[in-house]
Amino acid sequence: MPKIKLAENTIQIIKDICAEFDNNEGELINVLHKVQDKLGYLPAEVQEVIAKGLNTSVAKVYGVVTFYSYFTMIPRGEFPISICMGTACYVRGAEQVLSEFKRQLKVDVGESTPDGMFSINCLRCVGACGLAPVVNVGDKVYGRVAPTQVKEIIAEYRKGCDSDNVKSA
Amino acid sequence: MDTVKLNIDNKSVVVKKGTTILQAAKEIGVDIPTLCYMKLDDLNIENKPGGCRICVVEVEGRRNLAPACCTDVNEGMEVKTHSIRAINARRTVMELILSDHPADCLICAKSGNCDLQDMAHNLGIRKLNYQGEQSHYREDTSPAIIREVDKCIMCRRCEMMCNEVQTVGVLSAINRGFESVVAPAFEMNLDHSVCTYCGQCVAVCPTGALTEVDETAKVVRVLSDPTKTVIVQTAPAVRAALGEEFDMEAGTLVTGKLVSALRRLGFNYVFDTDFAADLTIMEEGTELLNRIGKHLEGDKDVKLPILTSCCPAWVKFFEHQFPDLMDIPSTARSPQQMFGSIAKTYFAQKLGIKREDLVVVSIMPCVAKKYECGRDEFKVDSNPDVDHAITTRELAALIKLSNIDFHTLPNEEFDNPLGESTGAAVIFGTTGGVIEAAVRTAYEVHTKKDLPKIDFDELRGMEGIRKATIDFDGIPINIGIAHGLGNARKLLEEIQAGESEFHAIEIMSCPGGCIGGGGQPYHHGNADIIKKRQKAIYQEDSKKAIRKSHENPHILKLYEEFLGEPMSEKAHHLLHTKYFDRT
Repeated sequence: MPKIKLAENTIQIIKDICAEFDNNEGELINVLHKVQDKLGYLPAEVQEVIAKGLNTSVAKVYGVVTFYSYFTMIPRGEFPISICMGTACYVRGAEQVLSEFKRQLKVDVGESTPDGMFSINCLRCVGACGLAPVVNVGDKVYGRVAPTQVKEIIAEYRKGCDSDNVKSA
Repeated sequence: MDTVKLNIDNKSVVVKKGTTILQAAKEIGVDIPTLCYMKLDDLNIENKPGGCRICVVEVEGRRNLAPACCTDVNEGMEVKTHSIRAINARRTVMELILSDHPADCLICAKSGNCDLQDMAHNLGIRKLNYQGEQSHYREDTSPAIIREVDKCIMCRRCEMMCNEVQTVGVLSAINRGFESVVAPAFEMNLDHSVCTYCGQCVAVCPTGALTEVDETAKVVRVLSDPTKTVIVQTAPAVRAALGEEFDMEAGTLVTGKLVSALRRLGFNYVFDTDFAADLTIMEEGTELLNRIGKHLEGDKDVKLPILTSCCPAWVKFFEHQFPDLMDIPSTARSPQQMFGSIAKTYFAQKLGIKREDLVVVSIMPCVAKKYECGRDEFKVDSNPDVDHAITTRELAALIKLSNIDFHTLPNEEFDNPLGESTGAAVIFGTTGGVIEAAVRTAYEVHTKKDLPKIDFDELRGMEGIRKATIDFDGIPINIGIAHGLGNARKLLEEIQAGESEFHAIEIMSCPGGCIGGGGQPYHHGNADIIKKRQKAIYQEDSKKAIRKSHENPHILKLYEEFLGEPMSEKAHHLLHTKYFDRT
């Protein structure tokens, strides 16, 4: 595993989050959530700081990170794509939607595109079964997604980005 | 006291409220099978994840089956432990566990000693009905412990020992569902982790997932090399446990048979680590008296308490976890390493041979000793002071391999000069023993008076942390004892906080001390075995003619002929060591 060196202020952010939860080992999941929200992902070095902050072992932290699919050790894309694999979405074709995303972006589940724009994840039921199959991109929810729409969805963000670039240029 | 009355297999039993079905059943002779559950009485160790479901029983009025290990009894409960439903469920659970197990029992290191194998046999599993995907993880080999995770059944005993008892925190369940496995953080290898190699994970593993590195083949090879003189040392705790490997009652002392077995294996000289334990006392005891003496003279820089340093897992533990306290432990090497160092200098000279032509094998109750003898500071020009360390279990395997009938062996005596030892050395094998041995010598050296009583009952026992104050002729010396690294951690945190009241602390990594070591015959969750070994150790001590290290005539001769005096420059060079910050 390639070693990364955390910046001093990143370490401080993590320490502050641990302190916010009274450095209580029992708050591990909450701490992981908050740290991932801030940093985007939970690489080994970050888990080491959390373990120290909560006075627990790195193995325990790593155990929780690998247990919950929500937590990731790989940087998420700028636009994280989550495909619901809950029962309702699955029977209505989520798998085909997922493979179309994988084909279009040329990455696997849990990975990010080389340009850092997109990452693909699966999740279990977002509670919108009436809209099955459901895809989230960031906070935006897409319902009744067909594989044929995948290209469009990706383009929406690519375009958004391009025009942003144009604007800022 | 609140009691509960219930029926188990139509037998009535009254137990305390809060008792589990499993415990209640045991009281009336109903032995419900368990696999993940493990309890070591008196050592405060219990593993109760309720995970394997082998112990399920039928409870009248309850829809599903109840895991007996973690279901409390209720008034009027009707429990059936061997109804057809319970038996079928238990067998199905076992078949499912076996469906993801290599089932290579014929060539497995744990065969014959495996709880899973026994349980499958007892449940009458004759066919593997479920075939499907199997887990495949890489094997992880370290200097002391091998992880073959394909054989893991996720009982979590190792995880409990590593985290709760030892507070080392290397092993944890990671991933989810079929992918889940017990592993170090980031699935790194053990030798990259903070593992101390205490081997308590090996001691409790119910399968062959965790075993020691087997060095018996290397020993056989070196014994057949005519150009080498091969000598052996055997640790005190081995003689109190080896008999168990030959179906003897736990706590049977087999010192004499052990010596004759080693001689028959072909070792040129059969020596005793106890000799080096006496030597350790001379060095460590002198260091203790020096430090306490300076302290009493008002020296503010002197570091107290002094901590024992015999246990290699404990040494690695503080190197990783308490590098700020590295100047507190005694600098004395462990008895294994003192022996190796003296053997390859003093004894090699006596024989008139080069150190390369002398091979030192040690028989240890410990797996961390394998790691210890490989440490660079214990080598001279890359030749180690101790060449091979094998466990009590490995020795038993060697004896069986060599067609030796252990039961009919005569009792023989150790060779001299490195085989002579005192009662003080024998008790190194149990928690409290090293410090008692040190006190016996330090008291007499300091007060220049004979001890009124040699046995220090106040230092003995099985509680995880013990304290006693010994009167050194008007000076009260506070002694602390911890066994199990979690207990050690508590005393170390007191020292860090400046709250420690002790002058000296003995620390042993394994619960019970070396008698409960990771290389001993498997106790299968029965703590009585460890207690019986302890009794045997004290019995051996009480039978010894000489019971104080400083009275060992061969030790005195060693100082006279070779070392000078304790803590001399030569002694420092050969018998002391330094520690390394491993953070």
